[in-house]
Amino acid sequence: MSKSASNLLPGETGIVETIKNSTLTLKLLEMGFLPGKNMKMMRKAPGGSPLYFNLEGNYLALRIEEAESILLSEAQS
Amino acid sequence: MNIALIGNPNAGKSSVFNQLTGLRQKTGNFPGVTVDKKTGTATLPSGERATIIDLPGAYSLYPNSIDEGIVAEILCDRSHPLFPDKIIYVADANNLERHLLLCSQLIDMQLPMVIALTMTDIAEKDDMQLNIAALEVELKIEIIPVNGRTGKGIFPLLEKIEKAEKPENKFSESHPLSPDVIDSLKKQSGISNDYVALLLAHHFQRTGHTSDLKKEIIEEILKKNSFDSLRLQVDETMLRFDKITALLSKVIVKNRKNDSITFTEKLDNYLTHPVFGSLIFLGMLFLIFQAIFEWAVLPMELIDAGFSQLSIKLSEILPEHPLSDLLTNGVIPGIAGICIFIPQITILFALVVFLEDVGYMSRAIFLSDNLMRKYGLNGRSVVSLFSGLACAVPAIMATRTITNWKERLITLMVTPLVSCSARIPVFTILIALVISEESRFIIFNTQGIVMFGLYLLGVSSALGAAYVMKLIIKTTERSYLVMELPSYKTPHWKNIVLSVIEKVKIFITQAGKVILVISMLLWVLASYGPGKKMEQAATETLNTISEDDFTEEELETLIATRQMEASYAGIMGKWIEPVIRPLGFDWKIGIALITSFAAREVFVGTMATLYSVGGENDEQTVLEKLRTEKNPVTGLKVFTPAVALSLLMFYVFAMQCMSTVAVVRSETKSWKWPLIQFFYMTALAYLASLTTFQLMS
Repeated sequence: MSKSASNLLPGETGIVETIKNSTLTLKLLEMGFLPGKNMKMMRKAPGGSPLYFNLEGNYLALRIEEAESILLSEAQS
Repeated sequence: MNIALIGNPNAGKSSVFNQLTGLRQKTGNFPGVTVDKKTGTATLPSGERATIIDLPGAYSLYPNSIDEGIVAEILCDRSHPLFPDKIIYVADANNLERHLLLCSQLIDMQLPMVIALTMTDIAEKDDMQLNIAALEVELKIEIIPVNGRTGKGIFPLLEKIEKAEKPENKFSESHPLSPDVIDSLKKQSGISNDYVALLLAHHFQRTGHTSDLKKEIIEEILKKNSFDSLRLQVDETMLRFDKITALLSKVIVKNRKNDSITFTEKLDNYLTHPVFGSLIFLGMLFLIFQAIFEWAVLPMELIDAGFSQLSIKLSEILPEHPLSDLLTNGVIPGIAGICIFIPQITILFALVVFLEDVGYMSRAIFLSDNLMRKYGLNGRSVVSLFSGLACAVPAIMATRTITNWKERLITLMVTPLVSCSARIPVFTILIALVISEESRFIIFNTQGIVMFGLYLLGVSSALGAAYVMKLIIKTTERSYLVMELPSYKTPHWKNIVLSVIEKVKIFITQAGKVILVISMLLWVLASYGPGKKMEQAATETLNTISEDDFTEEELETLIATRQMEASYAGIMGKWIEPVIRPLGFDWKIGIALITSFAAREVFVGTMATLYSVGGENDEQTVLEKLRTEKNPVTGLKVFTPAVALSLLMFYVFAMQCMSTVAVVRSETKSWKWPLIQFFYMTALAYLASLTTFQLMS
């Protein structure tokens, strides 16, 4: 089981490996969640979702469900 | 010449549009959908006038929202009436990677295009060096740095766009993606460009100008070649990003230290903090609430006084005639009823647009999304629910930013339950009937507490209704939130002012028309009765009383009261009496319910006429009159606490606003939803009133 972006704790960084296939794959790619990119989890909103990410200088909010479809590579940076 | 402005959301498109067109702009809707369409004109260096159309922000030609759908629909259909001759592509220098995706797609369509590069000033500060000349060579498209604030670069932009021609080169080859489909479609439709053919395969169902026969043929071709639209879109996007990333590494030199914390991050440590952020958000809501009510009081009083003076003056000058009466008692109060809300709406819009412009709004959405979702709403619903405190009409128009249909529908269905400013005069007078002004609960003014309670009731019933609708309304559409949190920036005042003016204009035209028509209709209902009933009422009044006991003014008010009872409105009031009796209302209150149907605030004026409050019918005198009013048969007071509270409940829930009905109809493109909304709110009002009255009496 590889790790997804939803498993990141605040302050942790991961590298995008791939995006799970769904109707949102394209949307996530378009927003810049591309393989090889560094994403840092900044913090969670009250109630645990959405999540605030720093994607190499771009700030984006995703709900837990969307973050789950972003799979991270095992090697930690 | 038609020039389209295209770019990602947050690219700075509207600033460029404002700089290009100045005040020469019009707002409308794209045909068939409720998405704002802004057009304007600009004069090209040659003297030719060009029409500039500001297309909605889009990330690519593969749409994920109604906004993006429009861009795809227009660009993938050469026979579309809005198909542009040339394109100004607006891109943010700080986010080139993401912004070049759509740009590369447009290059492959070989449309004449120029790139307007915004926020180059911030990019320089950010320790990033962009070699614009090198990027131009790579893309083979001319790039002009533009400053949306100062207007620097706008003239060169116009010069370049006038000369722009169809690009010869492409960004990438589309043919390998699906060779057989592209070849067949090119032959079939006489298209020469590979990418245009591929787009036709993806989008033929959405282009309105493709005939059914042709659609069948295309479908046949796609089936034969097992064309997987979604897979190909992903493949294409990945290929494009591969090229874009490689290209950018050649033209951008980043000197930024990886660990440096930006201003936005520092600010967001507080503003999006689960505890502090939420508190700041609540504080901000409270301040806006205060601003709407405090700052708007004076201009509202001035507008109110101005119009009533105008009415009085005109009725003195004009000859006695039904038309003069229509003007002074129908049209002018109708216009006053619209204008009175302009101060609050302007303040609300100014604050909302300001927060959006500096970048805070998406943080508010981030903070509230989770809570809102529990009720079937979306983080963006917060903006609408909040705007509903001023007026439901702009609030419902603000739901356009919610892309999920179900969430948008629920938001606009429950927003009118939030107590709007039109309810305040009604609440004020009814509360004062039951609770004296000196009354204190501990140290607080009891009237104020009750008022606050009514607002709370409105908001919680909106959330409750949303929850019920979440369970009832079915949808297969996936709800998601993938939202940019743009970097904070200093406000761009010119954009804010233009945007507020435009929104207030929409309110005046949207709500104004309805309020005006209904107020005139109500004037007819209140001024005319069947046959000679009205005149009879007047002569009877004169016959039954001795004129010497009354001053002329008192006599006039008495006649007005009797005439209103004899009018169509009076008849309707008596007609609905059996229905409203269990709520504790008599037929006079029935009349007020009917006349306030168009707009709640009319209630106070009608009560004044019905209870013969002549001359200066300010709240205090109306209040005195209502307090002492006795039932002629039983001799008991009409406005017992039970009746007043029951009326309050009615006004908290009832959909007494025709403008809202009209705007819901135009936003949902059907009568179904406004009707459901009207009936569920009225039912809620009736039940709440009934329970209150029956329990208290």
